[in-house]
Amino acid sequence: MSVQKKGADPVSWVRANLFSSWGNTLTTLVILYLLWKLALPFLDWALLEAVWWSPDGKACREAKGTGACWALIADKHRFMLFGTYPFEQQWRPALASLIFIALYIVSALRACWRPWLALVWLGGLAAIGVLMWGGVFGLVYVENGRWGGLALTLLLATFGIAFAFPLSIFLALGRRSTMPVIRSLAIGFIELIRGVPLISLLFMASVMLPLFLPEGLSIDKLLRAQIAMILFAAAYLAEVVRGGLQAIPRGQYEAAQALGLSYWRMMGFIILPQALRISIPPLVNTFIGFFKDTSLVLIIGLFDLLTTIKVSLSEPKWSGFGIEAYLFAAAVYFAFCFAMSRYSQALEGSLGEAGARAANKAGREAA
Amino acid sequence: MIELVGVNKWYGDFRALKDIDFEVGKGEKVVVCGPSGSGKSTMIRLINRLEAHQSGRIVVDGVELSDDLKSIDTIRREVGMVFQSFNLFPHLTVMENLTLAPIWVRKMPKRAAEEHAAHFLDRVKIPEQADKYPGQLSGGQQQRVAIARALCMRPKVMLFDEPTSALDPEMIKEVLDVMVELANEGMTMVCVTHEMGFAKTVADRVVFMDQGEIVEGAPPSEFFAAPKTDRAKLFLSQILGH
Repeated sequence: MSVQKKGADPVSWVRANLFSSWGNTLTTLVILYLLWKLALPFLDWALLEAVWWSPDGKACREAKGTGACWALIADKHRFMLFGTYPFEQQWRPALASLIFIALYIVSALRACWRPWLALVWLGGLAAIGVLMWGGVFGLVYVENGRWGGLALTLLLATFGIAFAFPLSIFLALGRRSTMPVIRSLAIGFIELIRGVPLISLLFMASVMLPLFLPEGLSIDKLLRAQIAMILFAAAYLAEVVRGGLQAIPRGQYEAAQALGLSYWRMMGFIILPQALRISIPPLVNTFIGFFKDTSLVLIIGLFDLLTTIKVSLSEPKWSGFGIEAYLFAAAVYFAFCFAMSRYSQALEGSLGEAGARAANKAGREAA
Repeated sequence: MIELVGVNKWYGDFRALKDIDFEVGKGEKVVVCGPSGSGKSTMIRLINRLEAHQSGRIVVDGVELSDDLKSIDTIRREVGMVFQSFNLFPHLTVMENLTLAPIWVRKMPKRAAEEHAAHFLDRVKIPEQADKYPGQLSGGQQQRVAIARALCMRPKVMLFDEPTSALDPEMIKEVLDVMVELANEGMTMVCVTHEMGFAKTVADRVVFMDQGEIVEGAPPSEFFAAPKTDRAKLFLSQILGH
């Protein structure tokens, strides 16, 4: 085990941590060799030899094999991010995406966990709706079949989680209910949805559901996909929440009951706050999985971020540059997922620390 | 105040309580003792319906316990309970632990509930701990908070389920002192405990249970000096013998 000493000079740090024994030295050398053989050529390809600008793609084809073609992103980024949304109106989905990100940031700040946050969300979502659809305030109407790219991905993920999470709490409570009808319904729903791949749910929502609906009644394709995703996510999240509920000792229920709290108050004030807190890591894990699963809507012809990137490649002058395009997709997905992951770690820390801070304060006062 | 008539309780095939007849008058302090597994905890947990009985009648303050949620709510509001393992709410401060039920069940305004709670924290002698979390308190302090929490609901009866069994020896006294004070103020109390000193000081009656039955009940002077049954004699020799 290597221990890094603070304040030591670089030479002794390297000696202590990388070359302290024969085994360590060997490992260090192997890793350096691999870096030399793998990372350097990659950097060479991705940065030094890369083609950054080439509207016709000619330079890219010449550099193929030796340099990355970032010109593809430069040329097609508008389509990748906003899909087939009318080109001159694309500031609207761009602004909508920024509003989404702003909402995430506001919601992440604990100082903003106040009742007015719900109003901020309502206002934000209304603004996003107006921006995306238009038809008012002099904005041109854009039907949702033309929505796409990042805005669509954020839309599916945000609404998906926003509706699936509360639903999952009710499902988890239902599954633990003492009332047999409610319990069977919850178990039936969870097991049924969880036992089916998301792709088949999306297929059912987009192809089969319209067949069963009475004539004249049609539900929008985007809405159908969104509902399918909400149900799917809710079934998974419900099991995560149930896991948290099971970790709460019986004594907590009994103490709440003995005080005369009703079922919903007991759950709302005593049980769920504790259960959800311990479920943060698996919850965020599921959120991250769900965020990436939104890309499956490509099979029913919705143009989310991954689909628009894929479609960009079908253009003859850019065909064959899949690596660059998918690296770009990976970078965008990674940015969102990594942010979620870091935030959940910070949240666990701060929620756990609240008690520790108060303890320190008390200790100082006593001293 | 509390009346159990012919009460039976089964866990599957196991009969935990057998035809229990038990009565507690207003202001009376009853200590329930007996070997572990004798059904004493189960009996007091029936009184506020943490467990359901299968036959017999339980009447608390004139209300009969039934499956009707209303009767359960009414009774729970009047009956305070203190648990062996404290069962404070770890995510809430001491003050929030104390005011939650008065605000939401008794519908007290927040300010009034907090003043009320401060008064009871004072009575259990930890007024300075209001803003701490339960995890920062010692076991004895936690149990005193739990007593204050139950008292904040202004119950007519207090049930104690082995309140000192999970405590380190040096903390038992501080909890018992609070309970003695409460008894002296005239609270109706049913207390499952092995603290025979406590029983001698405050109990009007000691009830001895074994194998799901009430074997005997008598004033402490009588019960400790001359237990009538062999089972009680054996039990007393075991717990007083060391």
